[in-house]
Amino acid sequence: MPELGRACLLLALGVCAYGIGASLYGVRRGRVEFALSGRRSVYALACILTVAFAVLELAFLRSDFSFNTVADTSSTTTPTFYKAAAVWSSQEGSLLLWAWLLSLWSSLVLFLTRRRLREESPYAVAILLGFAGFFISLMIFYATPFATTNPAPADGVGLDPLLRHPSMMIHPPMLYSGYTLCIVPLAFGMGALLARKVDAEWIRATRRFALAAWLFLGVGIMLGARWSYSELGWGGYWGWDAVENASLMPWLTGTAFLHSLMIQEKRGMLKVWNVSLVLATGVLAIMGTFLVRSGILSSIHAFGGATLGVPFVVLIGVLIAASIYVVYTRRDILASEHRLDSLLSREAIFLANNIVLVGLCFVIFWGTYFPLISEALTGHSASVGPPWFDRYTVPLALVLVLLSGIGPVIAWRRATLANARRNFLVPLACALIVLLALLAAGVSTGKPLAIAMFCCAAFVLGSIGQEYWRGTRLRRSSSGEAPPLALLALVRRNRRRYGGYIVHVGIAVLFVGVAASSSFQHASELSLSPGHSTKVGAYTVRYVRPTGTITSKEDAAHTGATMSLGAVLDVSKDGRHVATLTPSEGFYDSGEPSQGSVGHLIGGQAVSHVSMDGGVTRDVWSAIAPDMSTPRLLRVMNIANKTIPLVRPDEGMIALAVLVREYLKAPPPAQFHLIVSPLVLWIWIGGLIVVGGALIAAWPAPSAVRRRVRVGARSAEDRLDRQPRSPERGLARV
Amino acid sequence: MAVLLTLVLLAAVIAIVGSPLLRPRSAPAGEAADRAELQSAREAKYREIRDAELDYRTGKLSREDYEAVDASLRAEALVILDALEALGIEKPPAA
Repeated sequence: MPELGRACLLLALGVCAYGIGASLYGVRRGRVEFALSGRRSVYALACILTVAFAVLELAFLRSDFSFNTVADTSSTTTPTFYKAAAVWSSQEGSLLLWAWLLSLWSSLVLFLTRRRLREESPYAVAILLGFAGFFISLMIFYATPFATTNPAPADGVGLDPLLRHPSMMIHPPMLYSGYTLCIVPLAFGMGALLARKVDAEWIRATRRFALAAWLFLGVGIMLGARWSYSELGWGGYWGWDAVENASLMPWLTGTAFLHSLMIQEKRGMLKVWNVSLVLATGVLAIMGTFLVRSGILSSIHAFGGATLGVPFVVLIGVLIAASIYVVYTRRDILASEHRLDSLLSREAIFLANNIVLVGLCFVIFWGTYFPLISEALTGHSASVGPPWFDRYTVPLALVLVLLSGIGPVIAWRRATLANARRNFLVPLACALIVLLALLAAGVSTGKPLAIAMFCCAAFVLGSIGQEYWRGTRLRRSSSGEAPPLALLALVRRNRRRYGGYIVHVGIAVLFVGVAASSSFQHASELSLSPGHSTKVGAYTVRYVRPTGTITSKEDAAHTGATMSLGAVLDVSKDGRHVATLTPSEGFYDSGEPSQGSVGHLIGGQAVSHVSMDGGVTRDVWSAIAPDMSTPRLLRVMNIANKTIPLVRPDEGMIALAVLVREYLKAPPPAQFHLIVSPLVLWIWIGGLIVVGGALIAAWPAPSAVRRRVRVGARSAEDRLDRQPRSPERGLARV
Repeated sequence: MAVLLTLVLLAAVIAIVGSPLLRPRSAPAGEAADRAELQSAREAKYREIRDAELDYRTGKLSREDYEAVDASLRAEALVILDALEALGIEKPPAA
């Protein structure tokens, strides 16, 4: 069916071109039917790209190696689970995934806002279709997923072993959903500017989608971190890699936007700032895709070729130029309607939070693109490592966490010093208690930044806890409900506020995990022979015995490794058994005959299979790199390569079994990487709390609440007209 | 087979994209959009009024500040309600 796929791409490009023309004609000439037809082009595009994606997915599942993409990134031995995910491991497949997700999300957004944003929507439709058209053009002219070879090869190269991890099924779609959803606020923001309607309506209509973009991007980042921690053999979850940074930058500006949009909603302020933030977030999302797909920077996460650099650079250049032009030419309508009343107000805290977030983004941007800038200016490539990033990002992160505790206890517009003093008492007490507890527990004072982060997190938890306590008490006083019911009702009726508070708790918990695991980690890289032990922190790790398996089709990790060599490690503390770890390294077929008839079966990329004992207080993490280069093992391999013909892989597997037996009989010392990290689990728990809070904040308010407020406001209106208002008689129950 | 499927897809696309051109709409749709935007602005203003009240009741705003903020928010809400009334009696917007 490659013909159908190619036809879909051509049809999709035609629909994009028509939709852009119809939308712009409709809005310029006041022809509603054309604007509507343009909007429907997005729906049609989603249908076409769904068919195209299904064609490609089926080709992968059926191992149809006549598709070049399938032959390059899948094989008959690739487990079915990973065949489905292999679609987006290829350059071409990921471009199709990008365009498909963009069309789906755009359709959903346009359908949900079909009765609103009459003047802005056609411009937004044209911009969304412009982006889709760009990616479809790439697939038609540069990297088509439907290119074929005749005759088809008997087998494919197989999926990159590094990508054979369960999170790869959802990590790329999540990340790409985040990236594509980042384009939605950009399109509507640009549409609002072009239509010269820069009131808060476009923000109200698209806030939920900006939140969804932020959520998807956040989940994608967390899954990537989890993959890095449990699949890559270096033992970390964040390495300030270029591609990791590229996904974090739009998340940071998106976070800033989600806070500052409230200032525009409530006060009509920061219009230029908000528009600039959504434009920056959209541009950074495109740059994130560019970094993964252009091959311009080396990264363990980069899976693209070097062919797409120029089109992406042109797109980014056009985007930046157009953004600056549109904002500049609309500056007359972007003036603030109000001024900041007080520095002791939630607006001021949000502004500070925005400055910190954008500052973080700038630092990361500079560190990420420094190699490119350096190479352009000096001709020499240079890069900055984690210590450089840590130097600037850690203090900024501390301020950010602190602000996330201050914001919730400060009122909009203005707060008095007396109120502030009263509201800060509990959070400050929490921070002080944690500080004293840490010092009493003998936590090293040589890690002041980590201790400061724990105190800031306690401040946040105290501040949010106090908010929940007061809100629940208030609710109980007006409804007489039991505390759990009052708490639930409070959150249900004020989802944005209390969902947001939960997100703050999650961020604080996450940073506690990051601070503890990075500051108080014990790591050891050493060579051990069976029977030997080593100390890692308070734990003793003993290399009990080696392990080895031959797995022609399936292996324990279901990764399709041809051979796995590993170890059984006994972990104990103070003489008591704590855990048994079984790290291993998988060896994969390289498909390269020059490595020998048996050598090629294990000559591909060797991938570490991490083994760890995770817990609430600490993780014991282990990885192994077995030594295959001993003279005895090399001799076995040489004999096998000489005696077994290339066309007999079954005999090759028997030779590998002999090799494994020889390895187990007299195991050489193996290289181990052992880490004991405290509180890593809390990073993932914090991430889950963030997701929960974001879902609550994004969920629509129950209609009953809206109805009651509506009735309340009308009575309030009467009171305003006819009698003095009493604040003790509120218009709606909390 | 691929040609047939392509033709079916093409026909579906023409039907989806072309149908609005056969059923032109104009003023009512515009009025519905205005109403929807005002309703959205009204809900947002009500939320602000509730937020201010919650801030006051949870001790973040002094009574004087709350009264000033509340009066200003209600005045803004009135402007929106007036605009909605000017559009006539509320009906569910046309599809």
